[in-house]
Amino acid sequence: MTAFFKKPKRYMPLRQREPKIDAPQGLMTKCPSCKYMHYTKQLNENHKVCDCGYHFPLSADERISMLVDTGSFEKFPGPEVKANPLGFPDYEEKLAKDRERTGIEEAVVCGRASIAGHPFVVCVMDARFRMGSMGAYVGEAIASAVRQATAERLPVVLFTASGGARMQEGMVSLMQMANTSIALKQHDEAGLLYISYLTHPTTGGVSASFAMLGDLNVAEPGALIGFAGRRIIEQTIREKLPDNFQTAEFLLEAGQLDAVIHREQMRSFLHNMITLHGGGVDRV
Amino acid sequence: MFDPIKEVNEQLGKLRETAETKGIDLSREIRHLEAKLHRLEKDIYGNMKPWDRVQLARNPKRPTTLDYIERLFPDFIELHGDRHGYDDAAIVAGVATLEGMPVTIIGHQRGRNTKENMARNFGMPHPEGYRKALRFMKQAEKFNRPIITFIDTKGAYPGKAAEERGQSEAIARNLFEMATLKTPIVSVVIGEGGSGGALGIGVCDRLLMLENSTYSVISPEGAAALLWKDAKLAERAAETMKITAQDLYGLGIVDEVVTEVFGGAHMDVSLQSSLLKPVLTQHINELVQQGQTELLNGRADKYHQIGTIGS
Ligand SMILES: [Zn+2]
Repeated sequence: MTAFFKKPKRYMPLRQREPKIDAPQGLMTKCPSCKYMHYTKQLNENHKVCDCGYHFPLSADERISMLVDTGSFEKFPGPEVKANPLGFPDYEEKLAKDRERTGIEEAVVCGRASIAGHPFVVCVMDARFRMGSMGAYVGEAIASAVRQATAERLPVVLFTASGGARMQEGMVSLMQMANTSIALKQHDEAGLLYISYLTHPTTGGVSASFAMLGDLNVAEPGALIGFAGRRIIEQTIREKLPDNFQTAEFLLEAGQLDAVIHREQMRSFLHNMITLHGGGVDRV
Repeated sequence: MFDPIKEVNEQLGKLRETAETKGIDLSREIRHLEAKLHRLEKDIYGNMKPWDRVQLARNPKRPTTLDYIERLFPDFIELHGDRHGYDDAAIVAGVATLEGMPVTIIGHQRGRNTKENMARNFGMPHPEGYRKALRFMKQAEKFNRPIITFIDTKGAYPGKAAEERGQSEAIARNLFEMATLKTPIVSVVIGEGGSGGALGIGVCDRLLMLENSTYSVISPEGAAALLWKDAKLAERAAETMKITAQDLYGLGIVDEVVTEVFGGAHMDVSLQSSLLKPVLTQHINELVQQGQTELLNGRADKYHQIGTIGS
């Protein structure tokens, strides 16, 4: 997280004057990048993006309601998975706490929805839940949503936001990289479109599996995306990394992404892409 | 050092040979010795803690991929390169035969000394290593050769250039392609299986692990630091994280645990190779009997089942 907050400002804040009064919590929201104090209501109307370009994290519900046709989202039921496969101490209590705090079952929400009438399957990770880490639930929820899309011949759009593997599920977590990749390969072989939409942060086992397997891999501005952690790399190569290292913009320059898309354009971009990939030209 | 297991193993070998060459029925004696071997192994290995196995898996003398290749595949021909400008020495690949059957072999390669380790980058591949591996997998698919991969890495290399050149994408691509590769894949963890860097050549139909190897999502030290903010609790993490061959067999992730020679594989690489060979051969032989659909459905189910209930 720190790496992202330290990134140099790329845009001049348009509004530099901070409100004088100390607003009650909830009414105002401070931008961690430019420190501007926003009226939360206004910020929400602005896709939760600051004028300085900072994209506030979204919950899965916020993302879905911002993206899909009103009332079109039908949530898939959660998968039947082993709750605590390693018997890890205190793990189930931690899950219960996150469930209560976030109101969601696990770190991903999947379902069927439409954009301008075009149906698709959408999976949205939610980093508030165990930092969006992937265990059996997340892996299997995504894999089964993708299998469903294959069966119904629908495109898949997947928003990643994850610190990587769920430590408390050990190797069961690692194997979800294979589980999800297999489901995506079957979807791919059926000739269907998969768009991976990387948001802050997408790292470790999630970046090294489904996040990078889209026909299109696109990202939100400023998102931290990488395989290894910044500190581990600095320790390994014994040099300081540039501030923008592993940002979406950095990866775009390195040829690792198709595009970096401002949240304001998210819906129109996906609408265009789903339409453009809706079936090619019939050749004789 | 006296090694009772090796001793009994040798006696067993002689008995079997005598029985075969002279046509005498020694089945009672053989059964007796097998039972003795079983008891011995239980006594000796039954007391090993996960942390002891971590130490064995990390022993610098532990045999590497090329050590096994030399003994299991005398006709191995090494081939090189990702065809995009690199030949990552942390991955070895080539073709050979197993009991007359052409196979493709791919493995992580650590160094056996400091100089070799520098050249091999301690067995930690860059993206090019995964792309090289993929090229040989595709080739194996084209020519209907089963694939054997040897897993032995602390992980994919965490470097600046590796990130810039798409470490994530390279690993992800391999998982994706291995998912439906139309030829059997058997993976053997021979030392440390480090996370995504291991899985990058490890999506398979059968996963074997040498008895004292480990396979984990993070090192025990890393897990302890992350979960309990204290790297000194690594010993405890080695137990809690369930990273040994035995624990992973119990979780249904590993298909077979391959017995190691007394004291660990490094005590006798040739004997270890001869313990591995029949297991490897049996799994490959079973898999080549399967039709395409059965093979690929089996592979998908294998990974689907790991985290789910009753499917
Ligand atoms: Zn701002």
